[in-house]
Amino acid sequence: METLEQIRDRLLARFPAAKVELLANPGTAAEHSLLLDPVSAPEIARFLRDDPALRLDYCSNVTGVDWPEKEITDTVKKSVPDPAGGPAKVVEEKTKRLQPGCLEAVYHLYSMALKHGPVIVRLRTGNRTDQVTLPSLTPVWRAADFQEREIFDLYGIVFSGHPDLRRILMWDEFKDHPMRKDYVSPDDFEWEPTPHGDVHERAKAHYPPADGPAAAAAQEGPKP
Amino acid sequence: MSCSDQSGLDAELSAFGRPGGPTVRPVHDQFHGDLLEVSMGPQHPSTHGVFRMVVTLDGEQIVKLKPVFGYLHRNHEKIAENTSYLGSMPYTDRLDYLCSMSTNWAYALAVEKLSGQAVPDRAQYLRIIMAELTRLVNHSCLVGFLFNDLGTSFTPLLYAFREREKILDLFESLSGSRMMCNYQRFGGCRVDPSPEWLAAAQALVDGFPRFLDEYETMLTGNEIMLARTQGVGRLDPAHAVNAGITGPVLRASGVGYDLRKVDGYGFYPRFDFRVPVGEAGDTYDRYMMRILEMRESVKILQQAFRDLPAGPVMDPKAKLRGFRPKAGEAYGRLEGPKGELGFYLISDGSPNPWRYRVRPPSLINLTLLEEMCLGHTIADAVVILGSIDIVLGEVDR
Repeated sequence: METLEQIRDRLLARFPAAKVELLANPGTAAEHSLLLDPVSAPEIARFLRDDPALRLDYCSNVTGVDWPEKEITDTVKKSVPDPAGGPAKVVEEKTKRLQPGCLEAVYHLYSMALKHGPVIVRLRTGNRTDQVTLPSLTPVWRAADFQEREIFDLYGIVFSGHPDLRRILMWDEFKDHPMRKDYVSPDDFEWEPTPHGDVHERAKAHYPPADGPAAAAAQEGPKP
Repeated sequence: MSCSDQSGLDAELSAFGRPGGPTVRPVHDQFHGDLLEVSMGPQHPSTHGVFRMVVTLDGEQIVKLKPVFGYLHRNHEKIAENTSYLGSMPYTDRLDYLCSMSTNWAYALAVEKLSGQAVPDRAQYLRIIMAELTRLVNHSCLVGFLFNDLGTSFTPLLYAFREREKILDLFESLSGSRMMCNYQRFGGCRVDPSPEWLAAAQALVDGFPRFLDEYETMLTGNEIMLARTQGVGRLDPAHAVNAGITGPVLRASGVGYDLRKVDGYGFYPRFDFRVPVGEAGDTYDRYMMRILEMRESVKILQQAFRDLPAGPVMDPKAKLRGFRPKAGEAYGRLEGPKGELGFYLISDGSPNPWRYRVRPPSLINLTLLEEMCLGHTIADAVVILGSIDIVLGEVDR
């Protein structure tokens, strides 16, 4: 199989408007990936599937990753000349910057016809709150169907163009996205409204309020 | 069942509408006339666990089928992200609770890829022995359950359970547990089997072809079996590949894609075995795939017992405590009995994985369930589902 650099160069030559970036994986596995821009992702995906040299006809794994915004401290060493004329001092200057968060969809592509792979493709959302729409790749690989539904369910990425985007593992009325890093689980998973709450409220009407005039009268006792 | 007679339909509904019975409601469709929507599951015995199918029926024929998941969802991935790498090893047993040895191996494989951990030769052979024994357990039971779905209640399944129990006894004597084995570690296996264990395992494997012959005499040429499975639930190879179907279900459709050959993980390239491939892609081929794969597994096991080298079962440099792989990511996959089982891990250098993802073959093999069932009767849908081989611990995670 071609190297990932060659694939990227071929993609850039074929789709001049697309942005394709190579993301290095620093780990021992060294499985690097291609970051695509969401606009051109469907046509690039089609190209990857149908290109005779690649034929990535099998989309094995589709998953989401949550990257919350992160404070990064950059340390820069600066040499400050000594005003007295001595040797220059080296001062560390720390600057803090906020890396914006995003949600990521990762696709592991293989070729069953040519028996090679993986080519890892990533898509990133604009942020984690309101720009969470990515194009669905289910029309290209049906294998992404349930897996994209799962990402929608657990991470909250909305896949436009997905034929049946509903929650898959959580129940339909569920509000949050539990795989996000900032998800707070409820204290009591078993809590549900019971009829006893209403009964209790109605029962209160039958008793005088605890600090009203009737209560004061009851404490004083019956008047002679 | 005639649906045109409205009073008859009402009588039918009231019979179904008992508390605890299946939910059935009439649906009107201008092309098909009166249809019935039946909710099968999650407590239906044919769904192999808490799986639900919302089936729309025209008479007895299926015109629509929607699978519903999540009844066994416990967010396995979130739990694993909140525990150490080793801490989720016993939890992977609970994914596919029939095949814990292979699931353990898949997870160990991904972590070893992530951390660059080497595995000694003896452990590699032991892993293959355990994985192939698991395949025997899974496939023989699956065939038994498939016959349950066909209506031959329990006789074939108990033949399979007899053999399965022998293998589970071996697992228990080795790992301490029949089904939740928790046997693999990053960099090897937990315990070394004794020579007696190996002799007992070898005796079992040597006797296994006899069981397969007996099983096949009873099942393969069976007239009811042929009538109920041939041409039922066809899956064409192009669709199967596009939908990410893997394992015996894919190979029954004629695509020879077996990760033991393609990836050559572990020591599989050293072994001589063939990958059976079907032609028709129907339920019968999926049944035959399991039988033929068991015969190949027996061949692999015999070679493994013959060539098993002496030596340690754990890499001496492997770290159990304070295990922190360096930042990066890895996707490890292997050919589980049900299909491609993958683990995708992202490490940020901390003791817990930043992202831990299971690629569940059972869930993804259900992608085309509707297409396979359309036009067949509801009784066939039960058989087709049985031939896909799902386990809900893995589907719902």
